[in-house]
Amino acid sequence: MKVLIFVEQRDGKIKSSAFEALTVGARLAGSPGDAAAVLVGADTASLTGQLAGYGVDKVYTISGPDFALYNAMGWAAGVEAAIKDFAPQVLVGVASPMGRDFFPRLAARMDAALLTDVIAVDWKDGALHGTKPMYAGKCRAHLVSQNCNLHMVTIRPNVMPAQKTGSGSASATTLQVASPSAQSKTVEIRKGKSEKADLTEASLIISGGRAMANAENFKILHECADVIGATVGASRAAVDSGYATHDMQVGQTGKTVNPNLYIACGISGSIQHMAGMRTSKVIVAVNTDKDAPIFTIANYGIVGDLFQVVPLLTKKLKELVGH
Amino acid sequence: MKIVVLLKQTPDTETKIKIDASGSAIEHADTKYIINPYDEFAIEEALQTKEKAGGTPEVVIMSFGDDKARELIIKGLAMGGDRGVLISNAGLESADSLTVAKVLAAAIKTEGASLVLCGRQAIDDDNMHVGTMTAELLGWPHVNVVTKLTLTGEKAHVEREVEGGKVEVYDVNLPAVIGAHKSLNTPRYASLPGIMKAKKKPFDAKTPGDFGINAADIKSKIKVVVKSYEYPPAKPAGRLFQGEELEVMADKVVQLLRQEAKVL
Repeated sequence: MKVLIFVEQRDGKIKSSAFEALTVGARLAGSPGDAAAVLVGADTASLTGQLAGYGVDKVYTISGPDFALYNAMGWAAGVEAAIKDFAPQVLVGVASPMGRDFFPRLAARMDAALLTDVIAVDWKDGALHGTKPMYAGKCRAHLVSQNCNLHMVTIRPNVMPAQKTGSGSASATTLQVASPSAQSKTVEIRKGKSEKADLTEASLIISGGRAMANAENFKILHECADVIGATVGASRAAVDSGYATHDMQVGQTGKTVNPNLYIACGISGSIQHMAGMRTSKVIVAVNTDKDAPIFTIANYGIVGDLFQVVPLLTKKLKELVGH
Repeated sequence: MKIVVLLKQTPDTETKIKIDASGSAIEHADTKYIINPYDEFAIEEALQTKEKAGGTPEVVIMSFGDDKARELIIKGLAMGGDRGVLISNAGLESADSLTVAKVLAAAIKTEGASLVLCGRQAIDDDNMHVGTMTAELLGWPHVNVVTKLTLTGEKAHVEREVEGGKVEVYDVNLPAVIGAHKSLNTPRYASLPGIMKAKKKPFDAKTPGDFGINAADIKSKIKVVVKSYEYPPAKPAGRLFQGEELEVMADKVVQLLRQEAKVL
């Protein structure tokens, strides 16, 4: 079966989650000859070498000054051109802000099925079978695609690990695509303040809740985060109280995260917060209230004042990682 | 100018989700429904846009759903919407995102809207599909997860939040579909006179057929079906440390993270 994988790059850097999508796509295709990748951006030809060994023989590159800044219409046109050339049955991407933005547009254009944000996916009897958390993670749905020639899926980052198989030549094929529609123009992309991994892709996260008491106190979380390279998050209560910025919010109306380690500090564990982080592989909770709901989903809990416990964790982590 | 706001009824966030005996459906008998929280930001933005334009644009609150959506549309009218449109989903209860988008696109075309506002995603299935798919079917641009919207004539200047605190800035031509993020505005509460007036505001009960859509035909083309539901696997009971010296507990947890959990 032929599978096309959208490989996301921003600023000339391929996203780590794109290798997870490649791994899934290569597995579904079965052989490198049946798998192809597609890259869209200002200069993507120089990136194709990084895909060698990930199970795809072909890499479509769509480049040019018109593709310098991400735009849903431009990216949909680029990937559509690769679909027309390769004629895949399946298109795989990542449920990142970019993937979630233009995949629905492409699905409507191609009259395709689209499974979004799945944590498991397989191809059986001519259909995609995907597992997707719903209702804030309170249940999972098994979705099946039907009635279409193209079956699309985006995978949740950090769930299905990337794996280099060693096969796949990743030879470049350039596609010429007309400049994106004049209906929508991306004027600029303003840089974020943080150099750290985004919460949705971070493998280590330390978050603070209402108990942080003010914005200044987040300093102790940043100190701890710096030791292990973690990203700092916050609960809705902390964001609503103005202690943390809105892009730091983890939860149902914030970001859904899937790190290997999530450290919740002074977060009691509302349903809406747990909805955004309960699928973390390992959860550590620090709270003064031993009955806080967060402890019901924590692998390790410490009953204590975060202002005392967090600096101690920082000290112990420093000893562990040796600096 | 006409602004259409798309509403979805979603279970209240505190609702317990119960899978029925067949395993292929959710029991909704006791579910309390609310306006999808992100859609409230869309309603507010429509009302503010109307106010800035001197009150001339008509704000239409539209939903594709069953009769329970009626009171939520009326809630939108109580906030200040001018007219409600409920498109019945009878026979299309299992519609997937693209099927819903086909109905909404047809209805919006009939309305002749110049701006469609919706929430960035619904909090039940969290798909983030329908607004964008509707835009594509209409041949319009879209911007989703929008934190700032400025309209000037036939253009919209839009800011969208992406990962790492990055902000994408767009100029799009109207008509367009805009998906509201929570920091776009602060939704107002319906006033008492607003609630009184809402019940008397125009309310159109429609079917897909009213917009030239053959329900049986689009039903036969549904592309994504739910085969079954399951509860997430229960986490093994965690270990709670208390009553010891804080430094001892911190040390134990850090050691466990390396040796047992192997995450460091």
